[in-house]
Amino acid sequence: MSEHIRIKRGLDIPLTGEAQLYVAKRVGSGTIALRPSDFRGLKARAEVAEGARVVAGTPLFSDIRRPQVLFCSPACGQVTSVTLGPDGSLEEVRVAADASREHLSFDVGKPSSMERSAIIRLMLQGGLWPCIRQRPFGIIADPERMPNSIFVSAFSSVPVAPDYDFALAGHLEELQTGIDVLGRLTRGGIHLCLPVRNYAGSDFHKLKGVIQHSVYGPHPAGNVGVQINRISPINKGEVIWTVTLQHVAAIGRFFLNGWYDMRRLVAMTGPAALNPSYVECLPGLAMADIEDHFDHWQGNLRIISGDVLTGANVGREGFLRFYDDMVTVIQEGEGRESFGWAKPFRFNKFSFSHLYPAHLLGPHKFEMDTSVNGSVRAFVMGDIYSKVFPMDIYPVELFKAILAGDRDKMEKLGIYEVVEEDVALCEYVCPSKIEIQEIVSKGIDLMMEEE
Amino acid sequence: MKAGGIRRFMDNIRPHFEKGGKYYWLHSTYDAFDTFFSVPETLTSKGSHIRDCLDLKRLMIVVVVALLPCFVASCIHYGFFKVLPLYLVTYIVGLGIEFAFAQIRGKEVSEGFLVTGMIIPMIVPVTIPLWMLALAVAFAVIIGKEVFGGTGMNIWNPALLARAFLFFAYPSHMTGNVWVPGAADAVSGATPLAQIDGGLAGLTYSVADLFWGRIPGSVGEGCTFAILLGALILLATGAANYRVMFSCVLGALAVGGLANLAAPSPESVLAVPAWYHLLMGGFAFGAVFMATDPVTGAQTNAGKWIYGFLIGALAIVIRLFSPAYPEGMMIAILIMNTFAPLIDHCVVAANINRRLSRSKTV
Repeated sequence: MSEHIRIKRGLDIPLTGEAQLYVAKRVGSGTIALRPSDFRGLKARAEVAEGARVVAGTPLFSDIRRPQVLFCSPACGQVTSVTLGPDGSLEEVRVAADASREHLSFDVGKPSSMERSAIIRLMLQGGLWPCIRQRPFGIIADPERMPNSIFVSAFSSVPVAPDYDFALAGHLEELQTGIDVLGRLTRGGIHLCLPVRNYAGSDFHKLKGVIQHSVYGPHPAGNVGVQINRISPINKGEVIWTVTLQHVAAIGRFFLNGWYDMRRLVAMTGPAALNPSYVECLPGLAMADIEDHFDHWQGNLRIISGDVLTGANVGREGFLRFYDDMVTVIQEGEGRESFGWAKPFRFNKFSFSHLYPAHLLGPHKFEMDTSVNGSVRAFVMGDIYSKVFPMDIYPVELFKAILAGDRDKMEKLGIYEVVEEDVALCEYVCPSKIEIQEIVSKGIDLMMEEE
Repeated sequence: MKAGGIRRFMDNIRPHFEKGGKYYWLHSTYDAFDTFFSVPETLTSKGSHIRDCLDLKRLMIVVVVALLPCFVASCIHYGFFKVLPLYLVTYIVGLGIEFAFAQIRGKEVSEGFLVTGMIIPMIVPVTIPLWMLALAVAFAVIIGKEVFGGTGMNIWNPALLARAFLFFAYPSHMTGNVWVPGAADAVSGATPLAQIDGGLAGLTYSVADLFWGRIPGSVGEGCTFAILLGALILLATGAANYRVMFSCVLGALAVGGLANLAAPSPESVLAVPAWYHLLMGGFAFGAVFMATDPVTGAQTNAGKWIYGFLIGALAIVIRLFSPAYPEGMMIAILIMNTFAPLIDHCVVAANINRRLSRSKTV
């Protein structure tokens, strides 16, 4: 069953600012915010009022459509604000966290001796259910459904990706427990995709109860969507669940210790990050708490929760999103380069294409900023997308079907197999500067309306 | 970066072109020049926070650079001042219409015409009256491109439409005898393609003449060496797709080779060795610069192989079997432009079927 997957089409963007392998600090207290917008399509109802005292594991809000799905406070403290949006839906819950590790305790047993329904109930109550997302669409999994299988990617291939071997070093027991728990949720097995580059050196290949695959190639090789497309592509009506490795450890911790402990290492990265390294923190971390990592000398900065291709521009006042395990800091584009497009060399800029000769200098890394580097045009260079999109899907045809709003065509052309992160590289290389992630996002929304 | 003189000037006059300014109706023109002089200041707002530094301006300028060897060759062959008016007329008429359309639509001016305007003068005879050229350019830009919505939306290659327009509207200027340089007075000469009707024996040009472009024909199509240089630039930079180029040559050699086998006698046109066709007429130029147009060709990789192969094959079939048209490349590419969406449709349908059958077998 184990497969060796070789990804040929893709691109490792040579961005500077990879995190050094040390933990710079541990953020234990401070403001923490949880936002329903971290979860696709979620409409939430607040479960706490302003001023309430919460501990780790206290539900802060719940899903309106499936009230059993709870979103819990990762820390102990006091709710300082519950913000509603203009349409009356919940926008944000803020908690002033203190350093104490008070928590709600749950009665957990050995996962191997538990019923599937009991495990699901515990995970729902404990706030761990949102860790499981489903394909198609990348939404929180439906607890009523049986997935074909569960996919976990043991590495990340995004620009300046965090190193999971470092971030989860010494957490093997938690990971194994997490795998055992997930193993009770599906009959199709758990697919764990390891990178070839340190297949043997990684602790993760010691994990039992998984189907291991080795993956070789450039980004998006680490994306779970690409791995699914190669190993067990999704057809209409099928569902596959995905969990990030950090969340597998969190699930394992819950079943070992009996409480909601989301503490994890988050990589501080990017060309404008000072001392790129790791920070131990909780989801909802305030960017203000890690301000000493921003290189203010570089002028206007963009603080991104997540990676540079798919993350959210949260700003200095923002918070770490629920699924993110990295923060990327880059410079906002400034000034206007004269005749940029006509310069014969332009060695300081990276291009995937060979239309600029920077690739002749051999591999080296670039500081990149947020300039679009061009003007928006119609689709012209159709073949460039397929060079960075390693799925058996015709990207341009799919994008055009979405723009035309043709659900039947979208379905036939593979909308069930992609989410935004899978086409992020297409957007990066697009010479016509088309916002492809937004197109795919619109397509997914259209498909979800129908269901 | 310090703002240079041009930058300062553009920034100073900008308020007049913004909403409420007195020249707001010219804002497309302002934008065109503004982004011509310097990289636009737009920052990413959604999706990916960083973007590749490649844009369409760069793509187009590289194709223009790849066309320069052909331009130089035509200048050497015909004389700079014979060729220059063709370019001036083409660019003035074409860009004029492009700017006007962008202005009417309130959109930015697209870069597509940079390349089209470079190609059109190369595929007409140097003797063409300038008013005729202006008419053809206007036809190509308006009917060939703007009615579909501009660059990226057109079905047929605009440059070839210009040539097709001339070919059908003024046939006497486009085929048969053309101007030949070298003599004190302009003399007429037959193109190589017109000579091979009676087999290779009728050809008065050597292979070297064909390769170096010492033959009559359209302005930029003659010198195969210059075209090869251009092809090298296009392939090394990836500005054009190698699949189309190679399969086009393959298609031509396949049909030419079959014709050689089937030739009844050495005097027949069928007996002309297949590789001669690569050197004659507009084949090489068409294969390198026009079949590879990313907008009007097939979009899928498998489709590109089929599309290119059929262009090459069709061009030679027309050359060999159609007495009315000694040159088949133009018509072959236009026909395949028309069928490119059909080819893509079939390739994509195969992908859809693969996806459907996958769900049945599992």
